[in-house]
Amino acid sequence: MAEFLSFREGEAAQEPAVTVEAFTGQSNATAVRIEPGEDARELLPCLDRLALVEVNFPGFGDGRGYSAARILREAGYQGELRAVGDVLVDQIVAMRRCGFDSFRPDKPLDDAAVERALTRYADVYQKSVDGRSPVWAKRHPEKTDG
Amino acid sequence: MYRYDNYDQSIVEARVDEFRDQVQRRLTGALTEDQFKPLRLMNGLYLQLHAYMLRVAIPYGTLSGRQMRKLGEIARKYDKGYGHFTTRTNIQYNWIKLADAPDILAELAGVEMHAIQTSGNCIRNISSDQYAGVSADEVADPRPWAELLRQWSSFHPEFTYLPRKFKICVIAAEEDRAAMRLHDIGLKLVERDGAIGAEVYAGGGMGRTPMVSPQIRDFVPEDEIVSYLEACLRVYNRHGRRDNKYKARIKILVHELGVEEYKRQVEEEFAHMRTLGLNPPTEELDRIRAHFAGPDYETGLSDAIDRSDPAFALWVDRQVVAHRAPGYAIVNISLKPRGGIPGDASAEQIELVAALAEQYSLDELRVTHAQNLVLPHVRKADLYAVWQKLDEAGLAEANLDLITDIIACPGLDYCSLANARSIPLAQKLSERFAAQDRQAELGELKVKISGCINACGHHHAGHIGVLGVDRKGVENFQLSLGGSGAEDASVGQITGPGFSEDGVVDAIEKVTDLYLAERQEGERFLDTYRRIGMKPFKEAIYG
Repeated sequence: MAEFLSFREGEAAQEPAVTVEAFTGQSNATAVRIEPGEDARELLPCLDRLALVEVNFPGFGDGRGYSAARILREAGYQGELRAVGDVLVDQIVAMRRCGFDSFRPDKPLDDAAVERALTRYADVYQKSVDGRSPVWAKRHPEKTDG
Repeated sequence: MYRYDNYDQSIVEARVDEFRDQVQRRLTGALTEDQFKPLRLMNGLYLQLHAYMLRVAIPYGTLSGRQMRKLGEIARKYDKGYGHFTTRTNIQYNWIKLADAPDILAELAGVEMHAIQTSGNCIRNISSDQYAGVSADEVADPRPWAELLRQWSSFHPEFTYLPRKFKICVIAAEEDRAAMRLHDIGLKLVERDGAIGAEVYAGGGMGRTPMVSPQIRDFVPEDEIVSYLEACLRVYNRHGRRDNKYKARIKILVHELGVEEYKRQVEEEFAHMRTLGLNPPTEELDRIRAHFAGPDYETGLSDAIDRSDPAFALWVDRQVVAHRAPGYAIVNISLKPRGGIPGDASAEQIELVAALAEQYSLDELRVTHAQNLVLPHVRKADLYAVWQKLDEAGLAEANLDLITDIIACPGLDYCSLANARSIPLAQKLSERFAAQDRQAELGELKVKISGCINACGHHHAGHIGVLGVDRKGVENFQLSLGGSGAEDASVGQITGPGFSEDGVVDAIEKVTDLYLAERQEGERFLDTYRRIGMKPFKEAIYG
């Protein structure tokens, strides 16, 4: 069972994450934690000094964190993007597609189940921030750059 | 009609595999019901009052004979021999065993069907016009866009845990046959300077706070519809209310922000989205569009119909509408027989309609939001044969858009959310107004019944609407007048205190009597109501 999952090269960020309010008010923190009601765009001016953004999912049904993640990746954030909280195996695929590359779930995940989930769907219908080529691009390879 | 390619097929098959795994984990106890619930809901599997209910998607209400036959087979093999067509043009089976659900999904995948996103707080089945592709008043067949959006919305990574469910409708005609403005987002395709694009409406819906959607954009080019919808959905996902499920639909967000502010935020997001390359290339829309190219109609067919059988002539006048191709007609099949359950069909009836579609309608049929079926391409010369076969199967009721063409939700007979039974009321009304000449005299009159405030029976949009509520443990029915789901969309107004089941049937009779007494030349019930207002109706009912 995995208490922490990472899809990044190298060590996971260790610094404890501060709140968005604390982060935007000080200059030296390199890790921040976003709660569901908070605006990820507040971080955009300082993405280059961030090593870790944690996005909290207090309940799996609150999907605001998916938008937060994609917004950060769309803005070019390259650091670690970690989903924490009520993160279940059934959400891992969508989270990976929205740019999350590490996970610290409240309850450990079954590695085999995660592996099955991540390999089950060979194809996806949408372009997102995970670099996967959507079905429409595969259907028209001459027309799209993927 | 659209046909899956290997990509589409592999995705629905992966879903079957995933759900089989989840059901297995539930059956062995590895998943608790609480953990399993959100997973089964993503596959349209509800736990109802007596059994599991499975809702199968019929994308934009279009299906082939082979698909329809499979729906009949599932009804016979896994249900008690019935299917129920819904106001979202889907089909529900009310007597499903959990252990059978993965096998049913596998059977559906075999005919290019699925139950993906037929429930849950995600983008639901895309709905459209039941006359798409065959009516003369559309700028284009809207279904290629609906199919493009079906694919875009399937397993959308960002929009699978929205504040609440999300319903999108695409139409392309002036006449709105799909209640477009009562959807979370409605797209109406229009042509401008020779280019196709969409007018966009947002924030419509029923439930406890019914709203007719305002327009938020007068034109989105066809090749930017996906990125524009991503913008609409992102603003909603981020800012829609999550503190109260009754205030979580996009209509509340649009209402609380104000249309202008919602539009402004969407435009800002859209400006960003359109830089991300989210839109499929035009070639993809062309690929899909090729599937919907009109069938090869025979030419030189006669438009004559032999009306010598009066029962047939009556049915033709009521159920058959004009087709764009000479010699062809659109046939509406009523699922509202006298005293029957609106939208229900037996396995045998479903299979008969499948056979009729194959033999007489170029292998295609449609489901309507009013819970009826359509054979879209019938040669006029074949109408009599089709009618005879429908009649033998109890499917030749001639009541399209008349007072007995009632929309009703499953209600307390099946649904765990309901407060009152909708079906017995629909049956009583259908008996009370059964006389054919009386129905014809009353003309177009849309009666819609919901068994609870969630409004699955579209009561807000009924010319006459009925809402069942629970009053101190007793079923009580509120009557409303003046709603419409058509291009003149409006929300009905409640008449006053509610009634018992028999009481509301009597009240509706008084309402119709007053209409007959007050109407002017050419007025439908709705027109008379709009002209004279609620007061005289109230007096007639309560006075």
